[in-house]
Amino acid sequence: MTEKAYEDIPGTFVFDADRSRQGYWLNQFCISLSKEVNRQAFRDDPEAHMAKFKMTEDQKQAVRDRDWNGLLALGGNIYYTSKLAAFDGIVFQDLAAMMSGMTREDYRQMMVDGGRSVEGNRYKSEWEKK
Amino acid sequence: MAKITAGIACSHVPAIGVAMDQHITEQPYWQPVFEGFEFSREWNKKNKPDVVFLVYNDHCTAFDASCIPTFALGCAAEFTPADEGWGPRPVPVVKNHQELASHIAQSLILDEFDMTIMNEMDVDHGLTVPLSVMFGDKTPEDDWGTLVIPLAVNVVQYPAPTANRCYKLGQSIKKAIESWPEDINVHIYGTGGMSHQLQSERAGLINATWDQQFMDILVNEPEKARQIDHVEFLRETGSEGIEMVMWLVMRGALEEKVTEVHRHYHVPASNTAVGHLILENHA
Repeated sequence: MTEKAYEDIPGTFVFDADRSRQGYWLNQFCISLSKEVNRQAFRDDPEAHMAKFKMTEDQKQAVRDRDWNGLLALGGNIYYTSKLAAFDGIVFQDLAAMMSGMTREDYRQMMVDGGRSVEGNRYKSEWEKK
Repeated sequence: MAKITAGIACSHVPAIGVAMDQHITEQPYWQPVFEGFEFSREWNKKNKPDVVFLVYNDHCTAFDASCIPTFALGCAAEFTPADEGWGPRPVPVVKNHQELASHIAQSLILDEFDMTIMNEMDVDHGLTVPLSVMFGDKTPEDDWGTLVIPLAVNVVQYPAPTANRCYKLGQSIKKAIESWPEDINVHIYGTGGMSHQLQSERAGLINATWDQQFMDILVNEPEKARQIDHVEFLRETGSEGIEMVMWLVMRGALEEKVTEVHRHYHVPASNTAVGHLILENHA
């Protein structure tokens, strides 16, 4: 692949073709949970339901651990992994709080106050200085 | 002849639909969001469309990772609101103007846009939330009050179509609609945005300055807006801010000069900056 101009954005996984290939079965597992029959199967026997998808052991472990950023690093896409969060009864905003390492109250207040500023959050080099 | 009289830009934050479905729009958190839609609903009654051409993105509902069309045009007779993991929204089935949709599909393909044609498709919040914003509360037994032609654009897997490509598609949609012989009033919606990032450590990013400037140039200098590249969208407006390319489809389908009759901007709705425009074509 040629150099990716978007790879220097901090705290962000741009879901491109490489990530899509890497995360294909993880994402297909997650999206299966938008159907009740699959949610029931996952509730009844998580390992058996996961085994229907050709995920790597790392991906399965990240599912077991509910490692939300880890899932993204392993090729998961947020619209897919959020179905796993929904399965757990986690609302989207609380998932966002967890991924950004904040408490739900702090995150909610940050949004009410106008959101996370783009200042200091455009380039990885800005984060490294912190 | 069919005529596009107006373009509407609107965020499609799922929580806006949830707030309406749960009747909590008067709560202090939601009141400022919905206040900005009051004008729109009155305007919509006075300028009632026969057909809405609705540009939105599917959120892995009709298309999972196995199939990712860049531009998918809804040509089915009707589209059912989907179960996105917490049950379908209690809103009406979306009915198409099927003959016009087929005409647009043919016209776009002959105009060298290689469209995917959807003869069966469920629709998610990306499509139903903007309809709820403009048409107000509806139950599954109601009618939306308009026919709807959905156009689903891939913005989930990078790269989405460029802003420029979206703008050109809008121009081609205009040509297609305005060559349809029926005397009908058509509105075109560009949905999604504005700045938001739903994932990872930078989640919650909002860039209100950029959003407002984008609305300014979209309305008055679309030649400039169509030049915005993907990295700028991603860096400045968050990874999901890229949805704003869909506003360019809407803008491309309007006249060069438009009148901005309404603008609404509010932070936040859940994780997202809500942006909304009503643009009228000059007569």
